[in-house]
Amino acid sequence: MEREKIINTAATVLSLLALTGLLKWASSYESPYIVQILNTTAIYIILSTSYNLVNGVTGQFSLGPNAFMAIGAYTSALLTMTPDEKEITFIIQPIISPLDKIAIPFLPSLLIGGTIAALFAFFIGFPVFRVRGDYLAIVTLGFGEIVRVFATNAISITNGSLGLKGLKQYTNIWWSWGWAVFTVFCLVGIVESSYGRAMKAIREDETAAQAMGINVFRYKMLAFIISAFFQGIGGGLLAHLLTTIDPKLFTFFFTFNLLIMIVAGGLGSMTGSIIGAVIFAWGSELLRWVEEPHQIAGIFIPGIPGMRMVIFSLILILIMIFFRKGITGRWEFSWDWVFSRFGWKRKIKIEKAHD
Amino acid sequence: MEVFFQQLINGVSLGSLYALIAIGYTMVYGVIRLINFAHGDVMMVSTYLAFFALTGFSLLGSFIPQMSWYFSFPITIFLTGALGYLIERLAYRPLRGAPRISALMTAIGVSFLLENLVLVIFGGRPKGFPTPDAFAGVFYIKGVALPSLSLWIFGITLTFLGATFYLVYRTKSGIGMRAISRDFETPQLMGIDVNRIISLTFIVGSALAAAGGIMWAMRYPQINPFMGIMPGIKAFTAAVLGGIGNVVGAAIGGLILGIIEISFVAIFPDSAGYRDAIAFFILIFILLFRPSGIMGERLPE
Repeated sequence: MEREKIINTAATVLSLLALTGLLKWASSYESPYIVQILNTTAIYIILSTSYNLVNGVTGQFSLGPNAFMAIGAYTSALLTMTPDEKEITFIIQPIISPLDKIAIPFLPSLLIGGTIAALFAFFIGFPVFRVRGDYLAIVTLGFGEIVRVFATNAISITNGSLGLKGLKQYTNIWWSWGWAVFTVFCLVGIVESSYGRAMKAIREDETAAQAMGINVFRYKMLAFIISAFFQGIGGGLLAHLLTTIDPKLFTFFFTFNLLIMIVAGGLGSMTGSIIGAVIFAWGSELLRWVEEPHQIAGIFIPGIPGMRMVIFSLILILIMIFFRKGITGRWEFSWDWVFSRFGWKRKIKIEKAHD
Repeated sequence: MEVFFQQLINGVSLGSLYALIAIGYTMVYGVIRLINFAHGDVMMVSTYLAFFALTGFSLLGSFIPQMSWYFSFPITIFLTGALGYLIERLAYRPLRGAPRISALMTAIGVSFLLENLVLVIFGGRPKGFPTPDAFAGVFYIKGVALPSLSLWIFGITLTFLGATFYLVYRTKSGIGMRAISRDFETPQLMGIDVNRIISLTFIVGSALAAAGGIMWAMRYPQINPFMGIMPGIKAFTAAVLGGIGNVVGAAIGGLILGIIEISFVAIFPDSAGYRDAIAFFILIFILLFRPSGIMGERLPE
């Protein structure tokens, strides 16, 4: 058993080194456009895997990622901006004290952003998880709108609809992929632990889970808070990648895109969420084609704004009706599976039997 | 005192609209336990249908002239009911046996599809809604302005509520709806055509949303593809406030929500930008202290 564990760890380390090499090569030779998509891919992985923890693993339907991202993004952006930058940016109303004097490094600002997002998740989750039903969906949907309302109206904190501009582009390929790898390791660790099994039990049958002595409220809450933390981090990374944030950036569209990623990848599977995020990041760039004007066989077709979203929503509905398992179903990647493909027989782990 | 009555009239007319939309949510939730996220967008589509019926449009090369409101509005309500039927038939019925979360995700998909289809076909620029003369004009009673639209809204809402109550509590189909909301399987054994009842629920809910939508468009005479989201969330709050699944509760919840929202704006005019946040705090508050709502049965904690 010990030998297999060592080999698995070695395989993980080797593939991480390979990823590092690949990213180093990509960032030094490829165009800035490719680097930008690579960064987006990593952030999408953070967001989709953490979203999957609530929607896929625990089976609770949250629509809140855009709100938690907005909280994380605004928090970390306000913390990294220097007092001078704030003075230039806040032209309608000066920023409130003590935010006007604070400027801290990137990493702590991300962590604080994530923590505040998690704190909000606690205050929302508390009333919602006390009652049974699908209230989480509508409450988180409403919360997203409220965050937008506050971001637009609380001018002395968020600079209103002008947003925050001229952030330093701290997020590079190492920050984004570093966080992506860290997030995936954390979440996979949770899913494979007794916590993860409790969450899956709640997804399958809440009453039965409760009868087995699982504190349903506590595990739902835990999944929701952890997920909000990483979504806050993702928001902070995105803010320092785009260098400009405003209330319009974090609309419900973002949540909808994440929903497509986890559903297409395979609801409940972290592997599926990663695959979904990668496909979405590159696929949505390719789909820009449908919104641009074209000349096909001599016929001029003008660009149609919004066409991508029509396609995405049709994809979501069709997946739900005809292809509910997504790409991976609930299957998870593991080294055991890889080695068994190469005919290297291994002892079958008993705990794997539950899926 | 005059200010009080003035705000009361505004609150009741806004609340009536929430009530009409909330009934669609609460009926669908009662029957198949689905939060129909597309409901607000069905309302939005109805305003576009009414807009084109009122202003005239060209279809397949032939121009359809504008119609007067007493033709346009019934046609709009009929077509929106048909849209509700189509949505249920194509998107929700195939998922009848699936996990609840799949149906919710499909509902989100339908909501986005409606919004973006309208955006692609008619463009994102808001359109001014042509309010017919019959609905314009203001009466004055002892210094209190009483817009005739508010009277219309109140009258139409009462008529539709009466019809809905009759349907739910006095007809065979209504017994079917209430039976399914109690237990999904047993009514099928009793010879109730569950699919027919569910279709009827969607048709009635969408038709009510159309009635609400038309009057919404006259009250706030600007329509755009995303106008259905906020009324949708608020009407759902009204449904939860009244006790989800309860038709009378949805009507009462709608009125209360409308009055609270208008009074907030009247008392704190400087914070009017935050008016959309009130429904959300009310929703949180109900879930904390009385999750079953005003008229609903107790939910297990």
